Amino acid sequence: MAKMNLLQAINSALDVAMAKNDKVSVFGEDVGHFGGVFRATSGLQEKYGRNRCFNTPLVEQGIIGFANGLAAQGSFPVAEIQFGDYIFPAFDQIVNETAKFRYRSGNEFNVGGLTIRTPYGGGIHGGHYHSQSPEAYFAHTPGLKIVIPRNPYQAKGLLLSAIFDPNPVLFMEPKRLYRAAVGEVPEDDYTIPLGKAEVVQEGTDVTVVGWGAQVEVIERAAELAAKDGVSVEIIDLRSILPWDADTVAKSVMKTGRAVVSQEAPHTMAFGSEVAATIQEQCFLYLESPVMRASGLDTPYPLAHEKEYFSDHLKTYEAIKRSLNY
Amino acid sequence: MVSPREKAMAKQMAKDPQKTAVTTTLEVIPANALDIPMFQVLKEDGTVHKGAKLPDINKELALKMFSTMQFIRVLDERMIAAQRQGRISFYLSSLGEEAAAIGSAAALQFEDMIMGQYREQGALAFRGFTIEQFMNQLFSNAKDLGKGRQMPVHYGCAALNFMTISSPLGTQIPQATGYAFGQKQSGEKTCTLCYFGEGAASEGDFHAGLNMAAVYKVPVIFFCRNNGYAISTPASEQFAGDGIAPRATGYGMKAIRVDGNDIFAVYAATQEARRLAVEENEPVLIEAMSYRMAGHSTSDDPTGYRTREEEDARRVREPMVRFRNWLLKKGWITEEEADAQQQSHKETVLAALKEAETVPVPALEEIIVDVYDTPTQALQEQLESLKAHIKKYPDAYPKTSGGVK
Repeated sequence: MAKMNLLQAINSALDVAMAKNDKVSVFGEDVGHFGGVFRATSGLQEKYGRNRCFNTPLVEQGIIGFANGLAAQGSFPVAEIQFGDYIFPAFDQIVNETAKFRYRSGNEFNVGGLTIRTPYGGGIHGGHYHSQSPEAYFAHTPGLKIVIPRNPYQAKGLLLSAIFDPNPVLFMEPKRLYRAAVGEVPEDDYTIPLGKAEVVQEGTDVTVVGWGAQVEVIERAAELAAKDGVSVEIIDLRSILPWDADTVAKSVMKTGRAVVSQEAPHTMAFGSEVAATIQEQCFLYLESPVMRASGLDTPYPLAHEKEYFSDHLKTYEAIKRSLNY
Repeated sequence: MVSPREKAMAKQMAKDPQKTAVTTTLEVIPANALDIPMFQVLKEDGTVHKGAKLPDINKELALKMFSTMQFIRVLDERMIAAQRQGRISFYLSSLGEEAAAIGSAAALQFEDMIMGQYREQGALAFRGFTIEQFMNQLFSNAKDLGKGRQMPVHYGCAALNFMTISSPLGTQIPQATGYAFGQKQSGEKTCTLCYFGEGAASEGDFHAGLNMAAVYKVPVIFFCRNNGYAISTPASEQFAGDGIAPRATGYGMKAIRVDGNDIFAVYAATQEARRLAVEENEPVLIEAMSYRMAGHSTSDDPTGYRTREEEDARRVREPMVRFRNWLLKKGWITEEEADAQQQSHKETVLAALKEAETVPVPALEEIIVDVYDTPTQALQEQLESLKAHIKKYPDAYPKTSGGVK
């Protein structure tokens, strides 16, 4: 074990994957010699050469189109999109190509080797275009897997699973925690299964569901609730497509109450899907409606970042609304 | 009488591939078939090339261009320091590229639209954006025209015909084509000038924007600042061809390659491009060769990807000394006057910075304004619950809680 921050854990996962299989390659804007604007790919070009870790021209649609082709050929490309906010020129390649490659060809061809890494989320004074949480757009796309780690240990284990999963995976990294989250991480190869949630904290009164950086926010809200004598069960989805409805339903059947806390704008964020599924599966167990703490239905504003953000206080208030309904 | 459009169409017909000349010699066109030289008027020491024609610039305009260059250099230097001190969250300097932005903006008419990328503060200053307006945006305060919503340097001003900056790269390129199409349709004899970098020219939007401009024959000037770097990626890893200018030929568009550090060459090139755009509806691609002497932004550290020696070698080509030397020799300014002007800019910038810092952030109510033309009912409800929440936890939202009644 070694102490790593989230970036170092990602770097370690890439290193392990590249050492393990020489068909793994890493590329994107500035990822080569420089090691990426966040330094997630530091040292990989020196270690594995310019054919396996390299800069791309500045063209996101090209990066993912290229990655689709490379994956179809049988390689394991790990393509970086520098910010989740800049993934949209590649939307066509991801939604119409990546996600449908296998289905449309009757599995004559697939791009299962593809992993797309991209940082997401706010709280870093990034304004409109360095703060968004666009996971819900992609969660509406059958054929993709979407994985979002919350800490260094999860990041490495989930990324190693993503790279060698036989399906294309969009791996979204909480950039607010890149250096802030530090923890013990095995230096060797290990995996964490995709599509499985984790019960981060057991509790009896209310289930709070989140993913990525929001789990830390939920933990702070749960501490506030604990002072009121409220026992919160916290679930980290870890994957939002496919997602682990069973673990969530089991928890809600126990607690009778559910809250979703999410960074993205309220309307049609992934919490909407979670809430709908909970009412389908747990209707007779529910003591109150499923509550949501979300970002506002506005673009992500710089000066009002704090006010916009679904912070621990808003999550705590949602927990209280659930309990006092 | 044959209309220009009919003429253009006839020309298109002539290029019908079915009518391409036939050859029996198998000919492979070399990859570097075009060899486009760089237009220069001023040598690096500020003297005029023998035989070069100076653009028609009077003393008043030349001094305005120079003063704007000095101002921008002072502003950039001061705001990088302000970011380092934690007073603003982010900054992006145009050090070494001032001539490209200012020389081109100076050659336009005020009514022409400018669409920037994010390193053309010189063009905006030339248009008349005041130091107060710069500072209000940089501090995201209540007086910012953009209502404090975007990161620093994302300026915009309708009154100055300067489209608000957006961070995603290259998105403004096809927009410029569309805007210029509208200008042409309106018959107002104006054009759009669109700035972008050689890195952004790799985006798909570059292809879309230039191709459509050439097809529709619209009055647009695509102004590429080739500064050698896209964050850490050198131009040599961005494209294999000879820069950006030769691409115009593939679209059937005119092109000029110019020394971006020679303000007279930039001015002359843009003036001619504007003439072609407005009078002949010919879109033009200008490639201004320069060097990004600054880091990409305050989030970047160039020592991770380029050497001090490389930077020093390029510093001798920087544009301001060259222009200053010419002005001195011409006798339009003295050393003392130039230095005094520089000092005066410093004082103005510092005073405005201190003032803007004290202006509060926009009122909380602004958070839902402009999502749509009028806030929806759902947004109004979200604002009301946000206000109630802030009233409950005023200490957690110190910037706005004072204003929530």
